[in-house]
Amino acid sequence: MSTFGIKILQKGRNKMWSVVIGFSGFLMLVAATYDLLPVGLFILVISLTLISCGIILYAYEAYRDVPEGIKNNHNFFNSLSSRGWLGWLTGMVLTGFYILLYWFPEYLGQGDKSNTGLVAFFDPLSQLLKKQNASQWFVYGVLYTLAILIMGVKFIWKYKHSKYQLIRTLSVIFFQLAFAFLIPEFMLRLNMPYNDFKNMWPLNYYFFDGWHLQEMMQNGNIGWLMLIWGVLMIVVVSPVLTYFFGKRWYCSWVCGCGGLAETAGDPFRHLSDKSIAAWKVERYLIYSVLVFSVVMTAGVLYSFYSGISSIAGVNTASLRSIYGFLIGSAFSGVIGVGFYPLLGSRVWCRFGCPMAAILGIQQKFFSRFRITTNGGQCISCGNCSTYCEMGIDVRAYAQKGQDIVRASCVGCGVCSAVCPRGVLRLENGSIDIFDRGKKGRNFSQ
Amino acid sequence: MSKIAIIGNGISGVTAARFIRKNSMHEVVLISEESEYFFSRTALMYVYMGHMRWKDIQPYERGFWKKNKIDLIQARAESIQFDKKCIQLNNGSTVNYDYLILATGSKSNKYGWPGQDLSGVRGLYHKQDLEYLERCSSGIRRAVIVGGGLIGIELAEMFQSRNIPVSFLVREPQFWSMILPEEESKMISRHILQHGIDLRLNSQLKEINGDEAGKVHSVTLDSGEEIKCDYVGLTAGVSPNIKFIESSEIETDRGILVDEYLRTNIPDVFAIGDCAQLRNPRRGRRDVEAVWYTGRMMGECVAQTICGEQKIYDPGIWFNSAKFFDIEYQVYGQVPSKMTDDLESFYWAHENGKKSIRIVYEKIQQTVVGFNLMGIRFRHEVCEQWILRKSTLDKVLEEIRLAFFDPEFYEDCSAAILENYCKKFGKKIEATAGWRLDEANLFLNKNNQKT
Repeated sequence: MSTFGIKILQKGRNKMWSVVIGFSGFLMLVAATYDLLPVGLFILVISLTLISCGIILYAYEAYRDVPEGIKNNHNFFNSLSSRGWLGWLTGMVLTGFYILLYWFPEYLGQGDKSNTGLVAFFDPLSQLLKKQNASQWFVYGVLYTLAILIMGVKFIWKYKHSKYQLIRTLSVIFFQLAFAFLIPEFMLRLNMPYNDFKNMWPLNYYFFDGWHLQEMMQNGNIGWLMLIWGVLMIVVVSPVLTYFFGKRWYCSWVCGCGGLAETAGDPFRHLSDKSIAAWKVERYLIYSVLVFSVVMTAGVLYSFYSGISSIAGVNTASLRSIYGFLIGSAFSGVIGVGFYPLLGSRVWCRFGCPMAAILGIQQKFFSRFRITTNGGQCISCGNCSTYCEMGIDVRAYAQKGQDIVRASCVGCGVCSAVCPRGVLRLENGSIDIFDRGKKGRNFSQ
Repeated sequence: MSKIAIIGNGISGVTAARFIRKNSMHEVVLISEESEYFFSRTALMYVYMGHMRWKDIQPYERGFWKKNKIDLIQARAESIQFDKKCIQLNNGSTVNYDYLILATGSKSNKYGWPGQDLSGVRGLYHKQDLEYLERCSSGIRRAVIVGGGLIGIELAEMFQSRNIPVSFLVREPQFWSMILPEEESKMISRHILQHGIDLRLNSQLKEINGDEAGKVHSVTLDSGEEIKCDYVGLTAGVSPNIKFIESSEIETDRGILVDEYLRTNIPDVFAIGDCAQLRNPRRGRRDVEAVWYTGRMMGECVAQTICGEQKIYDPGIWFNSAKFFDIEYQVYGQVPSKMTDDLESFYWAHENGKKSIRIVYEKIQQTVVGFNLMGIRFRHEVCEQWILRKSTLDKVLEEIRLAFFDPEFYEDCSAAILENYCKKFGKKIEATAGWRLDEANLFLNKNNQKT
């Protein structure tokens, strides 16, 4: 047999072992859910390490000896990444987990006084970090952060030909690990209120809730800092950064939802719907959610300051809980992540996120950011559109030599990274966006 | 209102149809047997490799054709009666027209090799070629590719994605050395070997051997060596696909001969794209150019002419691009594989062996005439303007940063390039321009020379 053939065989064997390792760690979590494992820091660490090592070894085998370049071979043959049975299975497992997490945490072991099952399994780690028992949200936070971390490493290996992808991925890993996970946990340990400093209203839809405002105002300087920073983010920081860099500074460099989509969701990015019909649905849905969130927040604020619980017969608290159930839980969690393997990795960001809607309007009308195309070099192959997680038909613009200025573009840069002719480039130029967005250039369209 | 029939639904025919619709309400019929809808031929490889599905390489949704009132007929044109303005289709029906656009594309070259028609031997151009390859793939233990051009290397990459070992026969001393200058050619040859391809330089195919069932089992090289294989990809270039009208009164040579308005010798009949051969090509351009964008330009040009605004076909300054495994390639203007007496070139290569730039200039005037880039992206418009403005080599190097189109955070090679240039030519030159988009736009808007 040729050395080439032997190499392929070895690769296959090593990959199989890494799947076994990772899966055994996962099975430990499943076993813990049914109280089949003793609770202890050591055994939890073993389980999480096995999962991490399995995935990292798999990625290492897949990318270690292949030269830098686009690595999308077999994406549409692989059952997991092409809505095959593995994809459906993964989707169902993820969806099931989210349903338990949001609405039936007792099945994960969340208890009133003491925990059992999976949540109890995470108690030792929670004790270590903040001297409190775990909750289902702590379990979720650990797994979420781990997913971004490990799948981030895989992503970096896969896109090793692109320095933009490397830096961007390190950025989302950093913001998840530090801002979304460690800092809030340590703050809880120091008896300060929980706060994720990078999370912004309206994505953080409880920011203006009465209880949250009160919590901040009653916590002295640090509480006021949280309040002021939160408002500053909305009215100053975010518009300025979006003006200079487009919404990507948040959506694909900082945001946790984006972070998960870009790392754990990467194997599914090509499953987003590119049809014109989907684009239409996107515009109706996302702006409806934005309006809903603004109305809901205004109502809640009104009730907080006036003490009147309903406006025009509508109870603001129930409006708030409908929003939390429909948008906060069902849309962003169950559908947004649970359906990764079926609808692609950015379903929530594209169709639902009110934050993305605001940033998108800014990006479209008040930003320097755009994707430019290189002259007449486009060959209409469609890699850019296929790998756009936001379902933008990038090719439709590129083949006409037009710049791409779309509200939904999160600037992940993958269209540019997969273009076989180097046609696309993310830019922060200062030339008026309208001049360049609409007209094609001197080349034949 | 007239009726316009277009034979061929590739990039040329479809662009013609789209622009006729844009400019008029003429009736448009697109005839093609190959596929129901327009697809990007250049992306066939990505379907085989699993990067995309068939539907992903179709640039327009199904509803597009109806909405734009472009009628599609999936059938083959068997013959044309030019005097009656009538096309006979293989399904027995006929199509009448007022204007006819021939956009029949290319076919793979076969040079009369013994065994070239065995089963398991095929080119890669049509949708059907890909389907054939897919059907054969599970039984291929080794594949041989004959012909070291752009399709050959794509096919090598395709086989490799399926873990099929490949022997790649290239007649020339280096990969594509009829087109690429020596250094670039060597770089790509090296890159092919790095990918584990059995690259055979200076190797010619003598014959293809089959078994009793008529299926290929090996090839023999002119050195006498025999390579066992289950598939042979013939990729020694393409030529105009015009067989079905060669015997008619239409004038042909290698392709269908057309004038500067893309008109054939028969009134109201035009030919565009790969199948057309220009009687008088522009200086520096060839008479048959089987590349994507010329098809697009010709389609747009012929649409304008038919819609009443006569337009001369002018492709401007030559450019092209490709990708050799992981190395991107761009060319702008004139870059001969061997420098002629009046041309010289400045060549800089990155130490990683995967990036280089070459700037070709006229020896006496020092005016820049061409760019060849490997692994580095340059802005099309900037390169074109330098050539049109007859910028000198010094000037181009001073402004070199305007051209870089590499993604953000990529290694900025401009300093290394300038340093190398100064050292080679004993000059002192500093970069005067930045690399920002704004500066490039200012440069382009300043006395923009028309192509």
